[in-house]
Amino acid sequence: MTTYTIERDIEIEAPVEVVWRTITEPNQVRRWLCDSVAVEAQPGASGTLTFDRDDEEALVVNLTVVAVEPHHRYSFRWCYPSGVSATPANSVLVTFTLTSAGEERTKLRVEETSLEAVDWPDHEKDSYVESHQDGWQTRGEILRELFATEQT
Amino acid sequence: MPAPTSDDQLWEAITDPTRRKLLDLLVTHGRATATMLTVDMPVSRQAISKHLVVLQRAGLIEGHKEGREVLYRLREQRLAEAAEALAEVAQRWDRRLDAIKRLAEEAHQAQVR
Repeated sequence: MTTYTIERDIEIEAPVEVVWRTITEPNQVRRWLCDSVAVEAQPGASGTLTFDRDDEEALVVNLTVVAVEPHHRYSFRWCYPSGVSATPANSVLVTFTLTSAGEERTKLRVEETSLEAVDWPDHEKDSYVESHQDGWQTRGEILRELFATEQT
Repeated sequence: MPAPTSDDQLWEAITDPTRRKLLDLLVTHGRATATMLTVDMPVSRQAISKHLVVLQRAGLIEGHKEGREVLYRLREQRLAEAAEALAEVAQRWDRRLDAIKRLAEEAHQAQVR
């Protein structure tokens, strides 16, 4: 089974503890990721993210917190079917890594890793497609890189 | 943003290195038969045929019978659709990181003041 990882970095003019709060506190997360957050940043905690949509019912995405290392690393699995636990085979792993780059500067990296070709029973596929809609971006990233490679 | 309906097929087609190489070859050759494609690949013709089926199912290539062989070529339209979908979605994590940066910097400024 093929795996893929995308990585993105950004430098932020704020100390790690401020950046940490921004990426982990539910009332902060809903300001940059989705419209409502029903999960706490505790290892093993699971819940949902809700994305409001204009013309359709809101999109609800399952999320399970994996690792919480304050001011350093925060990771979760998301986009897996409802009613089951998140596993490497049925979900996408997102990891934020914070590195202090001075007193008031933080380097933030996000990595998203997934296994492709998840093989599920048909009755689970519908909910997969629904919950994975937001995961298309990842596929998009990969595809874009593929096409960029082909052009060179 | 709605995903293309055949998203999964497209994805399956394109994540395999052999199939990516086949797409590359079709970009280079324009049109090619399975036999022609096998020459440049370290796998059997039978394997190539299977990969071509996957690519065809995803709509990325199409085949036309020419004598006893089938000539395959890329479907530009489908590639363009994929590229278009990408252009929109590829920047999503960047946008999120930008938003995190803005929020964290605002929060920090508010604390300092």
